[in-house]
Formats: sequence, structure tokens, C-alpha cells
Amino acid sequence: MAEKQPKPEDLAQVDYRPPKKGWMDPHVDFRKGTYCYSALAKNIEYLGMPNPRDWQPFDADWKLPPNWKQIILDGMKDRLEKYRSFRLFMDICVRCGACADKCHFYVGSGDPKNMPVLRAELIRSVYRRYFTPAGKAFGALAGGRELTEDVIKEWFYYFYQCTECRRCSVFCPYGIDQAEITMIGRELLNLLGLNINWVIEPAANCFRTGNHLGIQPHGFADSIGFAVDELEEITGVRVEAPINRKGAEVLFVTPSADYFGTPHYYTLLGYLQLFHEIGLDYTWSAFAGEGGNFGLFTSHEMIKRLNNKIYAEAKRLGVKWIIGGECGHMWRVIHQYMDTMNGPANFLEVPKSPITGTVFENAKSTKMVHITEFTSDLIRNGKLKLDPTRNDHWNVTFHDSCNPARAMGLFEEPRYVIKNTCRNFHEMPENTIREQTFCCGSGAGLGTDENFEMRMRGGLPRANAVKHVHETKGVNVLSCICAIDKANLSTLMEYWVPGVEVAGIHEFVGNALVMKGEKERTTDLRGTPLRGKEAAHA
Amino acid sequence: MPTLELNGKAYVVDEDGFLEDPTVWNEDVAKDFAGIEGITDLTEEHWKMINYLRNYYLQFGIAPMIRKLCKETGFPLNKVYELFPSGPAKGACKLAGLPKPTGCV
Repeated sequence: MAEKQPKPEDLAQVDYRPPKKGWMDPHVDFRKGTYCYSALAKNIEYLGMPNPRDWQPFDADWKLPPNWKQIILDGMKDRLEKYRSFRLFMDICVRCGACADKCHFYVGSGDPKNMPVLRAELIRSVYRRYFTPAGKAFGALAGGRELTEDVIKEWFYYFYQCTECRRCSVFCPYGIDQAEITMIGRELLNLLGLNINWVIEPAANCFRTGNHLGIQPHGFADSIGFAVDELEEITGVRVEAPINRKGAEVLFVTPSADYFGTPHYYTLLGYLQLFHEIGLDYTWSAFAGEGGNFGLFTSHEMIKRLNNKIYAEAKRLGVKWIIGGECGHMWRVIHQYMDTMNGPANFLEVPKSPITGTVFENAKSTKMVHITEFTSDLIRNGKLKLDPTRNDHWNVTFHDSCNPARAMGLFEEPRYVIKNTCRNFHEMPENTIREQTFCCGSGAGLGTDENFEMRMRGGLPRANAVKHVHETKGVNVLSCICAIDKANLSTLMEYWVPGVEVAGIHEFVGNALVMKGEKERTTDLRGTPLRGKEAAHA
Repeated sequence: MPTLELNGKAYVVDEDGFLEDPTVWNEDVAKDFAGIEGITDLTEEHWKMINYLRNYYLQFGIAPMIRKLCKETGFPLNKVYELFPSGPAKGACKLAGLPKPTGCV
């Protein structure tokens, strides 16, 4: 139901005074609006994960298994041995504080335990107490903390107030990756059956149907078919959208939200137009119908299990290489895990654009190319006829989606595509873009209704930067290349910067693309009359 | 699982108030749930949306794309928000007894 939400003017008053109690006190007040509901037992069971049960964060008794403490300590020991990065990050931090004010959740909430250094310290203190000689001997004097049920609750609260965006790691002189600490923290909590439903239900759906939403193949075909019909109404061109077609050259994988949500849907139309216009020999897959991988927000094992379908489907369909759509965290998985977890995909070929002949050397090992890399190469080689005036009603800025930016260094290609399809473009301030981009505040599975206040707090720095270009440059659309962004930035803009819409980059491509045999375009893909065509549309 | 008591009936729902078992849905569910969604009277337009969602769900096991729902009911998105203040996924789907969509949405 429509809950009463805090007002923006109240939320903007952030209190940065530290609390009176010391940081070692683990007690957390689970205040409504600042946490997510627990994972339902049926979803945990479906994935074969341990300790499914009914519980909620606001319950006094979390019904932990009797040997919970041993489970956690054993789990930590395993991971300290398995992941050298985890042990290094536990040992190496000198608490210089360079990361402290870089986290959007700290900036927006003022809660010191959202300083990345202190969030890591919540687990590091337990590491010290149980795994280092000094901590074993001197306990709190050596920065160690006893592992208690309250510590578990505190971990749950703060590791689900981290979006694994990795902005803090850009500023860490030691290169400590806070996302990896959060990932381990969540893995350990999973051992006790503690997770959130917004992560585990999509993961379970993905395992069952291949996508987060639980869309079955006939529903997939229905949605894509609807888009093809509507595109014909808008452009006069009937495009092909082959599904599960064996022998195609390219497999296209994108987030399921692209064929479910709004404004994602307009990006889907753009993909369909583009692939048709260049005559790409490609296929959709109703099985690998999800770019997103909520395993990244669950455990390393789950990343591998959910990612597996991409190569498996590429092999089954016999494609040569893969294009990935406007998805955020998918690219962290592809760029940093897929090749070693489920590869090497030696049955695929090094991606080569059949239109331009460009070989994507950067994707030599994964065999998977980002859609903005593919499209910007088409533009650079003059293969697309574009009419950017069709985007004149948009005054655009670009939000570097965290994972494509920081996990794969994709900065120029999206901008190149925007600047070739739109005539009005303005950057946000430089400390809020590119590798310093601020998270939408709802990544890593935190985009739930019940977590509304914390999402709006976490999104405040990003919203402030948008507000700046909205007021000084007249920006009216925030573009991005991530499905979580498209969902959450829409809510964020409505809350903090009304009057700014959210769009994917291939929506601009779809608007600007002049297609062979098209009818006179009087509206954009959203049905908004084009500048100067208002009369024709009416 | 929480239980919601409405008009003398008890419904098992999730934390967001969505019906736990979509198969127990009938028109009374929509009528009983309308109040908690801030809807005083279920008009013909509400029923058009609810029935559309229900039929789509029975065929496909999920809610339709938002764009499709708007087009096939003839209600633009802002009209959907007028009818169901929490929106298509949270308001309309709840009254139609559909599970809440999850993921990057």
C-alpha cells in the first residue's frame, strides 16, 4: 500500500554528528524504511541454500541455527583460505579514512557505520578477535570484537546498506575493494539463511526460468512480439526478432527488465531497430534471457550457477560471439568472473563486427561485447544514418552506471553514442561521473519499497549532481546503461529532481536512426511529438 | 507469513500485502484489498485493468509488460496511477492477486 514517505526537505537534513555510543556496540535499530525484508523460505529452498525459515529483520528472535557461531567462524576460515583478497583486505587497512566520505550511503545518512572503512571494520573486528594472535590475546584492546547475535544483525543491516558500487575503492590508497568485503559478509550471512527477498527471489526465478521476473518462454515471445508490433506502428518498418534461432552469428543477452519495465522498454525498441537496420544475423534467447546476475549479491557460487546459461546457450545455439545489452552488474560478472568461472569459451570466436570488420580485441577472452562498443563502432564507421534532431526535445546528461564504469572502464563509448544521436548534452560535475560516478543508491538488490528512505538517502549525491545540471543547463533526461538504474533513478528523480526523466542510450539511437522504408516520424519512441512535428502528430 | 483481516475474511499475504497464493483470488479479494490501496470505489475502469491483468496472468504466469498493459487497456501510465495510486505493479497487481514483480524493476 502507499506508505507515508519522508519528505525530501526532511531527508535532506543529514545529521553528521557521530552517535554517543562507541562503534564497537553492535546494536542496530531496525527502523522501517532503512532495511529490506528477509528472503522467503521457498526461494532459499529452491536454490538449495541452508537454513530456510520464516523470520524478519524486525523480529527479536531471528531463529538462528543453534551452532550459528561455529558456522560463521568456519565460514570465515574457509574464505580466508580460499580468497587471498579477503585476507589481504582484512589485514592491510590502515584506517586512513580516505574512503570515509566517498560512500553515497554515508553522505546521505550520516551514519558512521556507512563509512566504508567502518563497515569493513564490522567484520574485520571479528577477524581480529578470532583469527589473529593479538586479537585472540588482547580482545578489544587489539580491535577485536566478540561474535554475538547482535553482531550478526549489525552485519545484516550494513552489508545490505552497501550497493557494492566500488566508489570507495577508487580512493583507497591500498586498493581495498569494499564490494568484495560486502560480498563475503553476505556469503557468511547466507550460511545462516539470512538474505533479502529482493535478491533471492530474482535469483530463484533466474534459476527456474532464466530471468529475474520468472517470465516463461511463451511470455518472452509475447513481450518481444508486442514490441515488434508497436515498432511497426511507430516507424512503419516491420523488424525481425528471432528467438532461440540456431546458427545465428550473434547471441544477444540483455536484462529482463528491458522487456518488462518502463522506461527500459524504449531501450528494447532501440535494440530491435538497430539490429534490423544493419541486418545483423542474431538471435534472442528465452533461456539466456537475463543479463543480470543476482548471484553477485549472494555468493560466488551463485554467480557461477546463474552466469552459466550464457555460454551454455551460446554453445547450444551455435553462435560465434555475444553482444550484451544495457545491463549494469552483468558487466562486472562478465568482465571479472565469467571467463574463469564458466570459460574459457573456446567454442566461440573473437568478436568481429560483420558490418564494419572491427575485431573487438578487448573481448578476445570473454567473447562478449558491450552494446555501446558495438554501436559506437558502427557510428564511427559511418554505417548508421542518424538524425539527431529527433532527440531535440531531450537535454541529456549521462550517469555512468557503476559497474560498466568501474568494473570495465567503459566511459567513452556511451558518450560517443549520445553525442552522435543527441544535440544537447551536458556533463554533471567531474567528481560525480566516470570512475567517480555516484551510485543510484539501489544497486546490489536494495531497490525495494520497504527500503525507500535508505534508497533516497543513498541516491542523494547522484540526485544533487543531476539537480545541478537540471537547474544550470536545463537538463531534462538522465541517461544510463543499467536496468537497475532505469528503475531506481526514475524513483529517485521523482523524489529529488522532478522534471527529469530517465532513458537508456539505445532509446536515443532508436529515435535518431533513419530506417530504410520508414514512414515520416512524428513522435519519438514514447509517443511524444517531435519538435516541429507537433502539428503533423495532432 | 502475516495474515490480513479484511471484511471479516483472513488473507495470507507477504510483507507488502500481496496475496501469498494467487490461486485463491476471486473478485472479493479485489474488493477487500481496494481500501488498503486507497481506493474507495472499484469502478468499471478498475475492473477493466484487474480483469486484464488476471487474464494475462492465467495465460503467462506473470504480469504483462507495463507498456503492453497501458496499450491494451487504453490507459496511459498516469491514468493507471490515478486508478491505482501505488502504480501498476504494486497497486493493480495486488488487487488482481498477482505476485509482485522482482528484479531490476
